[in-house]
Amino acid sequence: MKPPAFEYHAPETIEEVVGLLSSLENSRLLAGGQSLMPMLNMRYAMPDHLIDLNRVQGLSQIALTDSELRIGAMTRQRDIEFSSDVAKRCPIFVEAIRHVGHRQTRNRGTIGGSLCHLDPSAEMVTLCALFDATVTAVGPGGTRTIPFAEFPTSFMTSSLLPDECLTAINIHLWPQGHGFGFVEFARRHGDFALVSAAALLELDRHSTIKRAALALGGVGYAPLRMPSIEKGLIGRRAAPALWAEAARACGDIEALEDVHASPAYRRRLAVAMARRALAAAGERALAAQTAH
Amino acid sequence: MTAKTIGQRTARLEDPALLRGKARFVDDIRIDGTLHAAFVRSLHAHAKINSIDTGVAAALPGVVAVLTRDDIKAVAQTDRLVVALPDRSYKQQHHRCILAGDEVVYVGEPIAMVIAVDPYVAEDAVTLVEIDYDTLPAATDCRAALAAGAPPVHSGATHNLIAEFASSYGDVESAFNDAAHVFKDSYWVHRGCAQSMECRGCIATHDKVHDQLTLWSSTQTPLVAVRLLAEMLGREEASIRVVTPDVGGGFGPKLVFYPEEAAVAIAAMILDRPVKWIEDRREHFVATTQERDQYWDAEIAVDAAGKILGIRGSLVHDHGAYTARGLTVPQGAVAALTLAYVVPAYRMDVKVALTNKVPVTPIRGAGQPQGVFVMERLLDRAADELNLDRAEIRRRNLVPAEAMPYKKDFVTRGGVPIVLDSGDYPGCQADALARADLNDFRIRQSEARAAGRYIGVGLANYVEGTGRGPYEQVAIKIASSGKIEVATGAAAMGQSTKTMLAQIVAEQLGGAMDQVVVTAGDSGKVTMGFGGFNSRQAVMAGSSAHAAAVKVREKALLAASHLLEVDAADLDIDGENVVVKGAADIKISLGQVAKTMAGAAGFVLPGNMQPGLDATESVVINAMTYGNGSAVVEVEVDIETADVKVTRVVFIHDAGRIINPTIVEGQVVGAIAHGISNTLYEWMGYADDGQPVTTNLADYLLITATEMPKIELGHRESPTPLNPLGVKGVGESGVLPIPAAIAAAVEDALSPFGIRIRQFPLRPNDLAAMLAAAGA
Amino acid sequence: MDQRTITLTVNGQTVTENVSTRTTLADFLRHHLHLTGTHLGCEHGVCGACTVLLDGRSMRSCLLLAVQADGHAVTTVEGLAEADGALHPLRQAFSDHHALQCGFCTPGMLTTLTELLRDNPNPTEAEVQIAISGNLCRCTGYQSIVAATLDAAKQMRLG
Repeated sequence: MKPPAFEYHAPETIEEVVGLLSSLENSRLLAGGQSLMPMLNMRYAMPDHLIDLNRVQGLSQIALTDSELRIGAMTRQRDIEFSSDVAKRCPIFVEAIRHVGHRQTRNRGTIGGSLCHLDPSAEMVTLCALFDATVTAVGPGGTRTIPFAEFPTSFMTSSLLPDECLTAINIHLWPQGHGFGFVEFARRHGDFALVSAAALLELDRHSTIKRAALALGGVGYAPLRMPSIEKGLIGRRAAPALWAEAARACGDIEALEDVHASPAYRRRLAVAMARRALAAAGERALAAQTAH
Repeated sequence: MTAKTIGQRTARLEDPALLRGKARFVDDIRIDGTLHAAFVRSLHAHAKINSIDTGVAAALPGVVAVLTRDDIKAVAQTDRLVVALPDRSYKQQHHRCILAGDEVVYVGEPIAMVIAVDPYVAEDAVTLVEIDYDTLPAATDCRAALAAGAPPVHSGATHNLIAEFASSYGDVESAFNDAAHVFKDSYWVHRGCAQSMECRGCIATHDKVHDQLTLWSSTQTPLVAVRLLAEMLGREEASIRVVTPDVGGGFGPKLVFYPEEAAVAIAAMILDRPVKWIEDRREHFVATTQERDQYWDAEIAVDAAGKILGIRGSLVHDHGAYTARGLTVPQGAVAALTLAYVVPAYRMDVKVALTNKVPVTPIRGAGQPQGVFVMERLLDRAADELNLDRAEIRRRNLVPAEAMPYKKDFVTRGGVPIVLDSGDYPGCQADALARADLNDFRIRQSEARAAGRYIGVGLANYVEGTGRGPYEQVAIKIASSGKIEVATGAAAMGQSTKTMLAQIVAEQLGGAMDQVVVTAGDSGKVTMGFGGFNSRQAVMAGSSAHAAAVKVREKALLAASHLLEVDAADLDIDGENVVVKGAADIKISLGQVAKTMAGAAGFVLPGNMQPGLDATESVVINAMTYGNGSAVVEVEVDIETADVKVTRVVFIHDAGRIINPTIVEGQVVGAIAHGISNTLYEWMGYADDGQPVTTNLADYLLITATEMPKIELGHRESPTPLNPLGVKGVGESGVLPIPAAIAAAVEDALSPFGIRIRQFPLRPNDLAAMLAAAGA
Repeated sequence: MDQRTITLTVNGQTVTENVSTRTTLADFLRHHLHLTGTHLGCEHGVCGACTVLLDGRSMRSCLLLAVQADGHAVTTVEGLAEADGALHPLRQAFSDHHALQCGFCTPGMLTTLTELLRDNPNPTEAEVQIAISGNLCRCTGYQSIVAATLDAAKQMRLG
C-alpha cells in the first residue's frame, strides 16, 4: 500500500499555499496526515500535487481572549489536549480530544485537518457544531469566515472552495462555570465514535437552565444539533430525571448505517449518549455553582 | 535430581535481537539486485476473464516484467497447487491456480504479477494492467450456496457441495427416542481472520552456480513448501531450499502454501534475479486464508438427572472457493464437541460448501472453538431447562479422571483413534470455580442488579487435541567450538520454539542455554518434517529433540569416559564440560570431545566408537495428546449501549508437563486474548455480491490493551504417557472455551430479560437488537 | 520522479539522502538507511508497529513522508538508549516479563513506552494500557507488556 506519485510542495507562507491552490490542478493539502496519508496509501486519493502545510508559519497558535478561543488550523491535537488555556475556558475540548485516536495520532494530527476531513464521527467537528464556531479560510480573494453550520455540505465534503485553505477556528466561549459533558460510544479506546454526544449548560443562580447546547456526532454526515431538546431545557431545573426525558427525543433521529452499527442501534446509542452528556454537564454546572 | 532447564523460566533466546530491532523478518532481508513483485488481483467474486492486457503496465519505466498464467505454465509442471490433505469425503476437487487465467472465483484471487525495481512502481503498474471481465453470479452464503439453483462457485461445476461427511458413533436413534428431555438450538459461529502483525511475504533467488533455488518465506511449513516446489518445478528437492526467517506471527494461515510463493519462485527463475513480494494489510484481508461461517443445528438428549444420552445435529461449513488445506476446520469442530464429556451416542452431519470467497483453513484453534461453543451452549440450555446449576450439569457429564485413558468412539481426520490420554477434567473445573468464587460473585451480582448494573458469570470446559503426528525431525550436533547446534524443520512464529528446544536439549547437555544454537525451519539443515500448526512442536519436535539429546549425551559421556579414563557412570555434563561427578576439576570440554570424535586420518577413534557427537531423531507418535482446561469469565453488560466488557477471566489449564512456565503462560494469555477478540470484536464481512467489506484494521477490530480483562491463570500438570517428556501442546488452548464462557456470562447477566446467545461474534449491534426484542 | 535531498538526524547521526517525495518515512528508514527494526503492519495508521519518535514524540512513520522529516530528529528502536552494553531497563523488563513473542509489534511498543515513561515516570496500569491502546499485538494479550512497563518504570525511578 504505497502512495501514488505526486509532485510535492512545501510552502512556508499562507500566501504561497493559496498561490499553489489557485495554480495547480488536482492538488490536496497535507496537514497532520493522519487521515490523508491512509487514503494516499490505499490510493483512495490520487492527487497530482501534494501541498504540505507543516512548514507554513503562523497557523498553530492558541489565542485566548475574554470571549473567544482562537485555534490555528495547524495546531496539533496534543497541544490542545495539554493547553492550560483550553482546559480553563473550554474544558470540553480537552475531554473530547482524549477520545481522538491515540497518542501517536494526536502528536501529529491537527484540528484543521480533522475539520476539513469531516469524518461523521470526528470529535472536533462535533464540538465546532456545538459551539456554533466560525472557521476562517483564506483564498485568492482574501479571508472569509464561515459559520460552522454552513461548513459541512455533504458526506466528508466542506464548503471550502478548491483554492481555499482553512487557517483558524474561532470558538465563542461560554461563561466560566458552565456545565459541559462529552461522551461517546466507541468499540475500542481511540476508535471512531459510533455515536457521540456533546452538551453545554448554563444555569442561573437558581439552578435553572438558561442556555443549552446539545450535539450528536456519528449519526449523519454532519453533527446533529438538537434545537428542540435545547429549547425544551430552557427554564427547567437541572435534575437527573430531566436528562433522561430530554434525551428521549434522540430516539427519532435519522442515522447512518455501516459495518459497525445499524440506524436503529445508532438511535439507541444517541439516546444513551445524550442522557449521559447532559447528566455530566448538569453535574458540573451544579458543582460550579456550589463552589461559588 | 532437579532439572537444569526444563521447568525453568529461562530467558528467551529470541529476545535480544527482537528487542534491539535487529531481527530478520522476510522484508528485512536485503539481496543485491532484488526486484519487487506486486499482484493484480480479481476485483470480482466471480467472473470470466476475457482478456488480460499487460502492455501499458509492462511499458512503465521501472517495470521489468508482467507475468500471467502462460508464463507460469512455460516453467511449471502444473499451474495448480494440489495440496489438499487426502479425504474420502470430497465430492469435487478445486485446486488454486498459481495465476488465474480463465475465471476468477474470489475477490483477491491473483491474476497477474508485476515485477519492478521497487514496490512503489510495482503498485503503479498493477493499476495499469487491463482485465476484461464478464461478471458471473456469485454464491456467497454457505447455506444458500447449497440450495437448489444456487449459482456454481466454479463455472462448469453442477453444485457447490465440495464435501460431505458424518461423524457418528453409538445408537443415536434410541438415545433420542428414549430420552427424558431433548433440547434443540441453532447457532452461528464465525472466526474471521488470523491477522498476524506481520503479513505474508517471500523472496526467491536462483543461484545458477549451484542450480539452487532458495525461497525465504514467512511460512509455518517450510519443508512442505520444498516438496510442493520440487513437484511443481520438476526439480530435485535437494536443489530447493526454503528458509523461514523471523516470522511475525502465523496463527494458522501461514501453514498454507500460497500461489504467491509459487509465482515468486517461478519469477526468480524466469528473470534470473532475486524477486521479493511483501503482502500488505489490504491483501491480507482478501488473499490470506480465513475461518468464517458455520451454521449449526444441534440437539442434546438427556435423562431426568441431566446426564447426556446423545448429541446430534448438522452443520454447514463455508469452505471458500478452493481447497487450500483440507477439511480440518469442520472435522476439528465436530471432533472437539464431545471430547470433555461422556457422550454415549453422537452424530453430526457436515456439509462443506464452496463459496466465492478466499479459501478457509485453520486459524488458532482450528475449528475446536466452534465445537466447544456448541457443546457448552447445549449444556447450558439443558441445565437452565432442568433447573440445574450450570456447573453441576457439567460435573455429571465430564469424563472422570479415573476413566483415563478414555477411548472415544471415533477417529481423527487421519484415521487415528481418539483416546484421551490424561487429565482430571472435574478437578480442573473445580479449581476454576474455587478460584472464581461464585458465591462471592452472586452477592456482587445482586448488589449490581440493585444498582441497575448487569454483571454475569459463565463457565466452559474444553479438551484440545494437540501434537499432530506423525513426527518432526530434530538433528543435534556438537561443534568443535562446543556450540550445540540444533536443527529442525519445525517453524517458529513467536511461540518460542527455539527456546523450548534449547531447554530440552540443554537439559541433557550441560544446561548452558547460551551454548545452544537452534535453526528452525531451514530445509538446508533438516529435510524431514512438516512445521508448526496444531500445537504440535513441543510434543513432536520436543520429543525428537529429547531423544536426540539423550543419544548425544550418551555418546559424549562414553567418548569422555575413554578420554578421561573414568567410568561413564561417574561422569556428568555441567555447562560446557563433561566433568567427573564430585571432582569437577577433572573435565574435558564438549568441544574438545567433538573435535576428537571427528577423528584423525589413520588413527583409531576413542573406544573405537562411531565418529561424531551428533544424532538425528524423528520420534513417531501418531496418537494425539489431549490438553484440557476450564474457564470462568465475568462480564458486565451496559444495558443502554449493549456493550459487553469482560471484566475477569479465571483460566485453569492442563498441558501436561511444562517446559517453560513463562512461555506457557504467554501462550495461554495470548490465546485468551484472541478468544475474547473473536467473541466480541472480529467479523470478516462480505456484501451479498462477495465483496469484502471489512478490509482494514479500523473496520476489522482486533482487541487492544484497554479492552483486556485481568486474567488469572492456574496450571495443572497431567503428564501424558505418549511422549517421554510428558508434554502436551498449549499454543491454541486459550481460545477454545472463551466464546462459550462469554456467551454464558452474557446470558447470566441478562437473565432478567431471558436473552439467549447462540452466536459469536456477539457485537453490541447484535445484542442491542436482542435487548430491544426483549423490551429492554 | 519527484525527488528531494533531505538532511535529518536519525538515532543521533546526521544523514543526507536523496529520496522520492512519496517515500514514506517508514520505507526510508527501512530501505534507505537499512534500519529494519521499524516494522510495517498495516500502512494505514492503526497497528502502531511503525511507531518512531519524531523530535521525541511518538508518531506513525507509515503516515509521514520522508521529506517531512527533513530538518528533524528521528529515533527508532535501534536508537533507544542502552546502558553500556546491558539492556535498557525497558528492554530488560520486556525480556523478564515475556512481553514479546514474535516481536513484530515490539519496536512500536518500545518507542511508544519510551515516550510514556519520559513524560510520566510513574504511570498507573490504566495509563499504560491507554498508552499502548494504539499498538496492536496478536501474540501476548498485552498483560505482560503492561507488567513489564510498570516494572521498568519502577527500576528507572530507583535507577
